[in-house]
Amino acid sequence: MTTNMSSASPKKYVRKRNWLATFSYLVFAAYLVYVLSLFEVNIDRLIVGIDRGGEFIGRMMPPNFERYSLLIEGMLESMQIAIIATTAGVLLSLPIGFLAARNLMPTWVTWLARIVIVGCRSFHPVIVAILFVKAVGFGALAGTLALIVASIGFIAKLFAEAIEEISLKQIEAVRATGAPFFSIIAFGVLPQVMGRFIGFISYQLDSNLRNSTMVGLVGAGGIGGTLFAAFQRFDYDFVSAILIAIIAVIMVAEGINNIMRKLYR
Amino acid sequence: MTQPATMQEPLAQAAQSKALVIKNLSKEYVSGKPVLSGISLEIEAKGITAIIGPSGTGKSTLIRCINRLVDPTSGDILFNNQNLSTLSGRQLRNARRHIGMVFQEYNLLERLTVMENVLSGRLGYVSVLRAWLRKFSAEDVDKAFELLEQVGMADFANQRADALSGGQRQRVSIARALMQSPDILLADEPTSSLDPKTSVEILELMTEQAKLNQIPVIINIHDVSLAKRFADRIIGMSAGSVVFDGKPDDLQNDHLKSIYGGEDWLS
Amino acid sequence: MNQPTLDKGTFMEKKTWTRFSPIERTARFLFYIVTVAVIVVSLQTIEVIPEFLLDAPEQIGDMLNRMWPPDVTYYPSTIHEAMLETIHIATLGTLLAIVMAIPIGVMVAENVTQNKALNWFARLILVSSRSINSLVWALLFVAILGPGPLAGAFAIAFRSIGFIGKLFGEALEESAPGPIEALRTTGAPWFSIMTMGYWPQVVPTFWAIVLFRWDINLRESAVLGLVGAGGIGVALNTALELFYWDRVSMVLLSMLVVVAVVEVLVTQIRKRII
Repeated sequence: MTTNMSSASPKKYVRKRNWLATFSYLVFAAYLVYVLSLFEVNIDRLIVGIDRGGEFIGRMMPPNFERYSLLIEGMLESMQIAIIATTAGVLLSLPIGFLAARNLMPTWVTWLARIVIVGCRSFHPVIVAILFVKAVGFGALAGTLALIVASIGFIAKLFAEAIEEISLKQIEAVRATGAPFFSIIAFGVLPQVMGRFIGFISYQLDSNLRNSTMVGLVGAGGIGGTLFAAFQRFDYDFVSAILIAIIAVIMVAEGINNIMRKLYR
Repeated sequence: MTQPATMQEPLAQAAQSKALVIKNLSKEYVSGKPVLSGISLEIEAKGITAIIGPSGTGKSTLIRCINRLVDPTSGDILFNNQNLSTLSGRQLRNARRHIGMVFQEYNLLERLTVMENVLSGRLGYVSVLRAWLRKFSAEDVDKAFELLEQVGMADFANQRADALSGGQRQRVSIARALMQSPDILLADEPTSSLDPKTSVEILELMTEQAKLNQIPVIINIHDVSLAKRFADRIIGMSAGSVVFDGKPDDLQNDHLKSIYGGEDWLS
Repeated sequence: MNQPTLDKGTFMEKKTWTRFSPIERTARFLFYIVTVAVIVVSLQTIEVIPEFLLDAPEQIGDMLNRMWPPDVTYYPSTIHEAMLETIHIATLGTLLAIVMAIPIGVMVAENVTQNKALNWFARLILVSSRSINSLVWALLFVAILGPGPLAGAFAIAFRSIGFIGKLFGEALEESAPGPIEALRTTGAPWFSIMTMGYWPQVVPTFWAIVLFRWDINLRESAVLGLVGAGGIGVALNTALELFYWDRVSMVLLSMLVVVAVVEVLVTQIRKRII
């Protein structure tokens, strides 16, 4: 082991280049240029766009709450849709998620359950809403059904994963005391999954609330319909009133969510 | 002491003189490769029995066969006037109530409190509804508090199990096992995850409780010096069979060689 | 076994145990009641025409019937280009969002920006971005920029700021304070602390967040066309309005395929690079 501490030239520090990163950035830049030209974006359009954007914001201000009864009606319907869809979604997700858990159920059962779950998640809620509108007519029913499907796709999947990740050691210990099956579930399984489950429910409630404000755009009930109508009539100040109401309701819902999570650990 | 019971002795008599009689117990996970080969043992109604042997030699399987967490391939397990290897369903559960078990990794219900963990020892006795609602009787609660006192965890009653150290968890685990009012205590490597000092404390606690409740204890342990220190009887296993059965003082280096193989590790 | 306990002087302070304290129990009970009441009220007041509900299975069956077999010719004629446009919308939107979300994410991270007002301001922007659906953003931008994919890209971008910004801010807040401290003591300027101290720590998380959002954006972009913001949604809308159900099913099928391919792609990227 010789130490090379001779009076050779001082080493220059050369920073190692992360070629992958540099390459990726270049690709992104090139892509950006390509797409912008594809979409026919040029300085002129951008300037016009900013101009019109400013004009637009002007027309949206100040928010006009004159037609507040319409607003409240629409928001209430959206909330109803979200609440019922989450409740029904949760109730349906429990058995489906259970059936999809590979550590509890035979393979063919889990396959079936998982196909159902993937099917529910395949399409955007709006598309599902459109299909339900065509099937059951305009109104809140279509919206509720669409969001039930969306809820199952999310909650059942995560519920199944939570069940698959439970520690079997705790179950072994409870079995050793001679406990009956449901007591084992109550002490050995549920405490392990409950915390996460409450988290899923609160997330899905939030998501359903956001989606319920939008399914109305395709006729499936809720404030979305009111919003769309306002756009079509160029009532942009009413539009901003509606948007503010939506943001406010969602923020309140987030607060309630936090409380629910604290209470139910 | 009485003569060892022979194979032909009737069930009742066998059960009277010994707490646990294992006859010809075998277990094969893969057929043709037995993990336990025809083990026969009799455990007295009191005292600490330590089972030693290398990993994979079937100690864990043996202990788990007793309370049927693992099903034996063949053989009888006579306990409390019953043959445990033939029981199933409710009868098996009722029999399990009388067997307390302490695990190597504590196996506590991590997200529940210490109190709930100890009370879970009564799950074999309370109805499903009351278990769900956590409505345990006043006697159960009193006993739980008392046991916590005895294992030195009274101040931790409302702490979550995952907030405890290893030694503390094992104490709670012992309290849980005793909560069942068991007639025998099984322990599968109870000290293997603990530091030397805590290991001694835990074994002292188990010895003390065994005397207090007058029940026998069977412990799997791989630390030979601890086994010699605490056990009244040592059973050495190797490759699925018993190769030593006697008092700790009788355990010589030759015996240890036949159990564990190799010489270098012997002091 | 245990002897029955006689008067040990402690029988006066009989200990009881319940799982939840009285306050907790009341709170939980109240919450239950309120939740149930809310659900019941919602069920009663929602406007649903019962005949439609009973009719539903038949209607759904009829619709599914008309959707089969899918119109394969629709693909080369319309779907292919529209699909590509959708992918461009999603990607451009995500890239734009990155540019806007990074400064906001920096602003919202409480360990990086200690100014409470700025934190609050950034949080407001993030919440607004997330609360307004991408479809609604699309409506807004179609009104401003006119119909077309550019409106869609901006809609995606503005919606994604909330997502990327929030998670980016959280990643910043979770970064180790040690290296930052070290850099500060050397007197490094703020920008250097950002690029040398924070950025290297959050890089993998950042790209994971971006990848995740891009995946979601692909699905979101697909429906923006319904309000005129370009992409496959336009093809879907046309087919729906004209009741060409076999074309509708072709569009849906193509969407499924693309989603599946992207899932595989994303999983591979996640495994190898991130």
